[in-house]
Amino acid sequence: MLKLEAVVIDNGGFDLKADFDVPTGAKVAVIGPSGAGKSTLIGGIAGFLPVRAGRIVWHGQDIGHADPGKRPVAMLFQDGNLFPHLTVAQNVGLGLHPDLRLNQAERDRVASAIARVGLAGMETRKPAALSGGQQSRAALARVLVQGRPLLLLDEPFAALGPALKVEMLGLVEDLVRETGATLLMVSHDPGDARRIADQVVLVTEGVACPPRDTAALLDDPPPALRDYLG
Amino acid sequence: MVAVLILGSLLAVALRAEVGRGLGPSDWAAVRFTLWQAVLSAVFSVGLAVPLARALARRRFAGRRLLIALLGAPFILPVIVAVLGLLDVFGRSGWISIALGWFGLEPLQIYGLHGVVLAHVFFNLPLATRLILQGWQEIPAEQFRLAAHLGATSADMWRLLERPMLERIVPGVLAVVFAICLTSFAVALTLGGGPGATTIELAIYQAFRFDFDLERAALLSCVQIFLTGAAALIALRTARGDEFGAGLDRVVQRWDARAGLARTVDVGVIALAALFLVLPLSAIVLAGLPGLALLPASVFAAAANSVLVASVSTVVLVLLAVPMALAVATGWSRSVELAGLLGLAVSPLVIGTGLFVAVHAVADPFALALPVTALVNAVMSLPFALRILVPRARQVVDRHGPLALSLDMAGAPFLRLVVLPRMRAQIGFAAGLAAALSMGDLGVIALFADPERATLPLQVYRLMGAYQMQAAAGAALLLLVLSVAAFWLLDRGGRWHAEA
Repeated sequence: MLKLEAVVIDNGGFDLKADFDVPTGAKVAVIGPSGAGKSTLIGGIAGFLPVRAGRIVWHGQDIGHADPGKRPVAMLFQDGNLFPHLTVAQNVGLGLHPDLRLNQAERDRVASAIARVGLAGMETRKPAALSGGQQSRAALARVLVQGRPLLLLDEPFAALGPALKVEMLGLVEDLVRETGATLLMVSHDPGDARRIADQVVLVTEGVACPPRDTAALLDDPPPALRDYLG
Repeated sequence: MVAVLILGSLLAVALRAEVGRGLGPSDWAAVRFTLWQAVLSAVFSVGLAVPLARALARRRFAGRRLLIALLGAPFILPVIVAVLGLLDVFGRSGWISIALGWFGLEPLQIYGLHGVVLAHVFFNLPLATRLILQGWQEIPAEQFRLAAHLGATSADMWRLLERPMLERIVPGVLAVVFAICLTSFAVALTLGGGPGATTIELAIYQAFRFDFDLERAALLSCVQIFLTGAAALIALRTARGDEFGAGLDRVVQRWDARAGLARTVDVGVIALAALFLVLPLSAIVLAGLPGLALLPASVFAAAANSVLVASVSTVVLVLLAVPMALAVATGWSRSVELAGLLGLAVSPLVIGTGLFVAVHAVADPFALALPVTALVNAVMSLPFALRILVPRARQVVDRHGPLALSLDMAGAPFLRLVVLPRMRAQIGFAAGLAAALSMGDLGVIALFADPERATLPLQVYRLMGAYQMQAAAGAALLLLVLSVAAFWLLDRGGRWHAEA
């Protein structure tokens, strides 16, 4: 279980408060108006923003002050998820060893992850030679080999077209089902939330509310959410 | 380490200086001449650069890119080579003097103050032009369009847009050129000299080589440190970075400049400037080609030394500059940036004097001539290298830092897999500049060298001193080729197969 115990995340003068639990294996959408603090929440859990107060606890362990790479977290950013000068296989391999010294078994894992996301045969391509959807797939293949129990998505598919985005979310859903990972994804599209999330965290005015059942929340939105949905 | 080297040299100089004795009349003359020639050089360079930059900013013509690229050439052009080229054109038996002779006029006299200033303008007019051109191009095209829409004439444009921009930019450019000319050594050595035309740098050299008066050299070094430090501070305050020609090929559409007169003036200015820059370079090639066949063996030995010195210097520079750029980019240490800038505040001869004084006690300084030259050259290139590397390092760290952190990638793997590949083009460019600067440097080596040891620039100078002008021209051409080749190889090597 991921516990946010009276956490205050400091985003350079802007504070975000959160105090709730996320059960292991849950699929949670983080929605709310822009500027309300969705990315701040994700950035704080991933370790890019300092936690000023409270504790972030994963399976009984306080991870709130660990370095980003030492947390049980795999993360996809809005952009820049691949190093442009490295091949697909190298980019994926970084998920296993950040110094890219891989043995045969690890190279096999990289290859099968690439095949799993549908990029077999493109191992030696560089990101510039991939389409937007293929780049997202490559980043997801890395998430797969990272094998971290917590997957955070900060709108990595925002630049894709609607059909492609649905396809990627489907792939994410398959991957978290296979790995049993806990998913937190920022979204500003309630449709995304309905499609894959079973719970929703609403973030407004610097507060992240406890997760609620997706259908119940979206069918009967509180005033703050109603304003946002329009 | 850089700070230790620089500050250590300064300390050695300061300890050795005999303040009690004070400056003699000839020393004061050197100070006056140094300041005066730097003022004149700055005023002429900038005064000529303004019309040239204006013409380049508003004219489109075949060869414009080439001319702008040529404006970057003095960075990698060895001073001694340029001096020989200028002598071929403006010297007593140069092309212009010959032409004057046809009309029964006296030949030109290049040695002395005006020769020194001429050479400085040759080197700094291009730099000033690039800096000012950058200012012109920062005026948004929309403003010119709006002004044209409102019916502004050339004079209105000048008053509305161009003069305010120049008022902002020109003081900084003046300060930069002034600071550069303060530490002029090779130009003063070859075209100046004598009581009336000795810079402080040259006086240090003379105190050292002719009188072996270390106290006086050290005292002069202190004066020089004070002057260059002050000038560098002013220049840093007022000047903005030269992006080394990034984006200088944009031409703003100018409706007001289509009239005949503006056109004639611009074309004339560009043609004259191009001639001024190209003639000495072509003179080198023309004079050097026949000389190439006559080169004595000593020239090739010197060339081998130069290549060695430039290689070592470049490696040292890269090993210093890349970690420093990263330290600055990651905000790890601010003092690192300062240490890099120290190189601007001291001159090669001052560091050379300091090192000599320091080494003198424990070893034979002359035996260390080549390593010391390589080291000092690397430190001198450091400010330029940091200017090139730091912005890119910041970009790489900002863009890829979070992803690398989330992958738990730090230290050596981050350096090897991300930083070096992403910065390759900039490292290549910086290394190319450093190699060319080191290859062409005639500074410290002149202090330390004994008759058996020389680099190619020093050898060219010795050949000139022995009036073997043809061999000197040939050696200068060889030096030019080596410098350009070193720059080209490293710069190209950095960009080879590099992704944008």
